[in-house]
Amino acid sequence: MRKPLTHLVLLIVALLAGDSVAQSGGELRFCLRSEPKTLNPLLMSDDSSETIRYLTGGVLLRVNRLTQDLEPELATAWKLTNAGKTITFKLRENLRFSDGTTFSADDVAYTIQQLMDPAVHSPSGDAFRSGEGKVQTQALANNRIAITFSAPIAGLDKLFDQVAIISAKSPQKEMAVLGPYYVAENKAGAYLILKRNPNYWKRDSTGRPLPYIDAIRLDIQQNRDIEMLRLVRGEIDFINSLDAEYFDSVMSENPTMAHDAGASLDAEFMWFNQVPSSPLPSYKKTWFTSTNFRRAISEAINRDDLARIAFRGRARPAVGPISPANKFWFNSKLQPHPFDQKSALQRLSLDGFHLQNGALRDREGHVVEFSIITNSGNKYRERMATMIQQDLTAIGIKLNVVTLDFPSLIERMTRTFDYEACLLGLVNNELDPNSQMNVWLSSAENHQWNPSQKTPATPWEAEIDKLMRAQASTLNAAKRKEFVDKVQQIAWEQEPFIYLVNKNALSAVSPSLHNAHPVVLRPQVYWNIDQLSLGAEVARNR
Amino acid sequence: MKWARSIAIVFLVVVSAACLLADFVAPASYAHQFRDVPAAAPSHQHLLGTDDLGRDRFSRVLYGTRVSLLLAPAAALLSTLLAALIGGIAGFGGGWLQRFVMAATDLFLSLPWLFLLITVRALLPLNVSPEVSVMVTFALLGCLGWAGAARVICADARSLSQSDFILLARASGSSGFRLLWRHLVPNLKPILYAQFWISVPVFILTEANLGILGLGVAEPLPSWGSLLRELESFSTIALQAWQFAPLLLFIATVSSFHLVLTKEELAA
Repeated sequence: MRKPLTHLVLLIVALLAGDSVAQSGGELRFCLRSEPKTLNPLLMSDDSSETIRYLTGGVLLRVNRLTQDLEPELATAWKLTNAGKTITFKLRENLRFSDGTTFSADDVAYTIQQLMDPAVHSPSGDAFRSGEGKVQTQALANNRIAITFSAPIAGLDKLFDQVAIISAKSPQKEMAVLGPYYVAENKAGAYLILKRNPNYWKRDSTGRPLPYIDAIRLDIQQNRDIEMLRLVRGEIDFINSLDAEYFDSVMSENPTMAHDAGASLDAEFMWFNQVPSSPLPSYKKTWFTSTNFRRAISEAINRDDLARIAFRGRARPAVGPISPANKFWFNSKLQPHPFDQKSALQRLSLDGFHLQNGALRDREGHVVEFSIITNSGNKYRERMATMIQQDLTAIGIKLNVVTLDFPSLIERMTRTFDYEACLLGLVNNELDPNSQMNVWLSSAENHQWNPSQKTPATPWEAEIDKLMRAQASTLNAAKRKEFVDKVQQIAWEQEPFIYLVNKNALSAVSPSLHNAHPVVLRPQVYWNIDQLSLGAEVARNR
Repeated sequence: MKWARSIAIVFLVVVSAACLLADFVAPASYAHQFRDVPAAAPSHQHLLGTDDLGRDRFSRVLYGTRVSLLLAPAAALLSTLLAALIGGIAGFGGGWLQRFVMAATDLFLSLPWLFLLITVRALLPLNVSPEVSVMVTFALLGCLGWAGAARVICADARSLSQSDFILLARASGSSGFRLLWRHLVPNLKPILYAQFWISVPVFILTEANLGILGLGVAEPLPSWGSLLRELESFSTIALQAWQFAPLLLFIATVSSFHLVLTKEELAA
């Protein structure tokens, strides 16, 4: 009698489990905001193309979007040697691409050679270009490969999260994939259909092949209102990334669909133009290069109000260049600058600023008035600028808000330097601080407040240069963290960028989509695509 | 339709008076952010609720109407005068002058206005007050909006210059500026009025479009363009019917401008 009873229990457990994973099949549907510019995983740089890469590409290692830890995928083990220049992978065996071609170390070698070929211009390859000289690949066996770079690359292993392996031998070239889905149909400008890769290697804990869902339909839809309507009607299953207003709209429609994963890696910030050759009057240059002035402006801004009102509570006051969402790299000793207008006025008085008839004047009697530019059409930035305008009025500063079309904004920021302050945001996909090297090095073009310096203009910029280079050439994670913490500390004290808020990662997921656990890292909703399943009724009808 | 015209005139007078007296009528400053009550529903304190930043919407509607309703007619007057000057001279002169001016007008009409406005806006100094910014915006609209009207006026002036009474005036020794000023311009008046009244709503709409693109009047000064921007996302406004107040006022005002025109002016 014990055996049938065990079978019965197993059957009940399977049925219950079946409800949570909903034996699925069917077609998952969601929208892309634009047409993918390319389907070649090595050339992808836009959001839509990266979505396709994530859904179709097989990678050696994957950053788990929930835990933010690196996990084995096509590689079962890896080791860094030769002072961080060489990484050796042990590969899974008996795997096949979607077209049936076998997978081996030769495919990894081919992918890396293509990735690093200057003629290919791979955006993913840029992160691996640490120094002069070629990358060497050596297939040690069918399932072992060593890749040697010309110089050490900090955080090298995590970079492989972005490298989809392509086949060296497949007649389908890069369309043969190792990921859970392959591109079955691409109707330019209208939709893409992805189908389940029959040779995908992963299985669930019960031994069932993954992914659960048979196909994915990606409709190209720019209009967010239409996307929202389609979600509400049940025509699509989720919206990966939502604005605060749309999020509220989803909340009022069906609260169970709305998911707020908390502060994301993205930051909104403002900065003052500190370029010595800019066409600004010298007294304004003196203001903007003063740490006291920048700190005073920062303290006069009510970040809590920005988060509460401009982002409807769907943002957090920002601390610095690394968001609290970045679990390992964030310097948890730092707090957002408090809103304190008295302290702001005290700081200003240290530099000779004083209030006269309600207007702040500098030591020479100039009225403190400046403009802040931001890109037109971004209502959140326009709202923040308008709120900052009122906050600064309270300490006697007149702020003029100017919205410009993006090309004009970039022209002023990067060529003419004819602006005073700028309010923009940074979309950050990478956890590793190495991805911010192009911002924090004083010689970098994206060192926005004073780009492309021949030698660091200030001692603290020289210190940041030293620390950023040190962290980039150190393999010891704890030591790197120490350096990066110090950089955050300096950025917090000097405020070349006045960080305002970190937007929350917002998404909407239909109740018919099971196992979805939206997170802050991209792609927020479908990071565990092979685990997602559709409710029985939806799966049947699609 | 006389009654409709009368209602339109009364409506425009009431709206104009309300916005001119905004300093006394408005319950709050158009710029002040009541941060404790953002996006609030209508109440005794805020008759039309507050906008996303907590600013009193009724006050912003009043001041925004003042901006749009004062400056749009000013821009319309400027463009009508330019059109009268250019079109009138071309039509009166005729021949190669008319062909040359009309070719230039056609070229001007083919220019992409929006990009031109965006470019000019980007070239303006950054530290200008919202008041200067709004005047520059409407001055630009006035300077760019003459071409269509000039074509109509040119055709009418050409027809008038070949009419019997002009021939009689010439025969009586009238010529040059006197002929133009005493005989031609008075007969162009109906068409000039019509062009003026038609231009007013066109400029209001253009400023609203620029506002929707974020290129119109600078914050915190309101205009109909910036007020209508609140409505750009359909999904987020469905539950807040009072947000439509600026749109209704805008439609009513633009419609009133059209109703004000007489049959003759409409025919012109």
